[in-house]
Amino acid sequence: MATEPIAEEVVGKCVDSHGSAIGMPQLCFDWFPNQIFWLVVTLVVVFLVLSRVALPRIAAILAERQGTITNDLSAAEDLKAKAVEAEEAYNKALADARAEAQRIAAETRAEIQSELDDAIAKADAEIAAKAAESEKAIAEIRAGALESIQLVAKDTAAELVTTLGGQADATAIEGAVDARMKG
Amino acid sequence: MATETTAAEGSSLVFHPMDQFIVKPLFGGDTIAWYTPTNVTLWMALGILAIIGLLVLSTSKRAIVPTRMQSIAELAYGFIYKMLEDICGKEGVKYFPYVMTLFMFIVTANFLGLLPMSFTTTSHFAVTVVLALAVFLTVTVLGFVKNGAGFLSLFWVSSAPLALRPILAIIELISYFVRPVSHSIRLAGNVMAGHAVIKVFAGFAAVAVISPVSVLAITAMYGLEVLVAFIQAYVFTILTCVYLKDALHPHH
Repeated sequence: MATEPIAEEVVGKCVDSHGSAIGMPQLCFDWFPNQIFWLVVTLVVVFLVLSRVALPRIAAILAERQGTITNDLSAAEDLKAKAVEAEEAYNKALADARAEAQRIAAETRAEIQSELDDAIAKADAEIAAKAAESEKAIAEIRAGALESIQLVAKDTAAELVTTLGGQADATAIEGAVDARMKG
Repeated sequence: MATETTAAEGSSLVFHPMDQFIVKPLFGGDTIAWYTPTNVTLWMALGILAIIGLLVLSTSKRAIVPTRMQSIAELAYGFIYKMLEDICGKEGVKYFPYVMTLFMFIVTANFLGLLPMSFTTTSHFAVTVVLALAVFLTVTVLGFVKNGAGFLSLFWVSSAPLALRPILAIIELISYFVRPVSHSIRLAGNVMAGHAVIKVFAGFAAVAVISPVSVLAITAMYGLEVLVAFIQAYVFTILTCVYLKDALHPHH
């Protein structure tokens, strides 16, 4: 019995003697100054922590990340441009090399062609010379043959005439053979 | 609530759903003066530590590729920053530390309050009314400082017919002054109601037959409370942004 009035006095009108709430603790005005005081302290501390340390730091991190991303993107852009440039240079070099190769091939072909033409012309000339020579030789041979035939024919005719008992008149026989040969 | 508690005491069911909201001196003192360290002090201090851990320690490495905790800090920053910028525009960004303080305080207090045996500071009207009044006074003072008498055009709906405007002005005026009330009671009421309901379900868990249902109900309520803890902090913050917009641009 002695403790009860003291407890009543201590806890006031918000808590009963068993330590349970009377009504809504939210409406216990005895506690308001305490809560408001600590709330204000807390808010001030949180505000200082946020505005002095946390928020500038997070803002810096986000800005830095944005910067890094932007830099990386522009670097990628640069590299891409460089790649395109390199490809162009490569293509150009390739085209140049192809053209050069074509030029060299054409040149070589022309050189070979002219050499070939020269050789053919020379060979033709040689062949023509040889042919002319041969023709000449053939004509000579032919002329020789004709003379021999005439000679043989005259001899044979004279022999025939003699054998048959005639007088071989050399000039007559010659004339007859010549006339035959022409005929 | 008091009659219900005393009535239940006779039976095996004992409901003290409101006891969790009692403010107690931390070191067993007698009276609660304004400076006494109480459980309010303890849980607010834990809230400060949580905020420091989340926003300061996690970002101490300033990593370009963030860790999980740093991601959360950046997400919270981006979330409130974007909200403020979307609603108030560029001029509102100046008040970002103020809005962020409110959001971080409420969200950490709400989530710390979800720990078993903890004390939820935001379930008390003393706390939320101070928060809401701070917003109300800031917005009102800011409105008059920025716009002078032009701030009163907030109550003069120029798009309405002239005859209706005085009536609308009265309604707008009333709604303006009701703002801190709804702003504070919405937060404390939601948090308090959820916690009390969990305690009531917990009381039923003493009866063996109902206890499985009771445990399931507590689980479901807890899930809901996790949502409420975030949503109420979000609602409080977004309303702060909307009120701030009224102070910056009072014209309808």
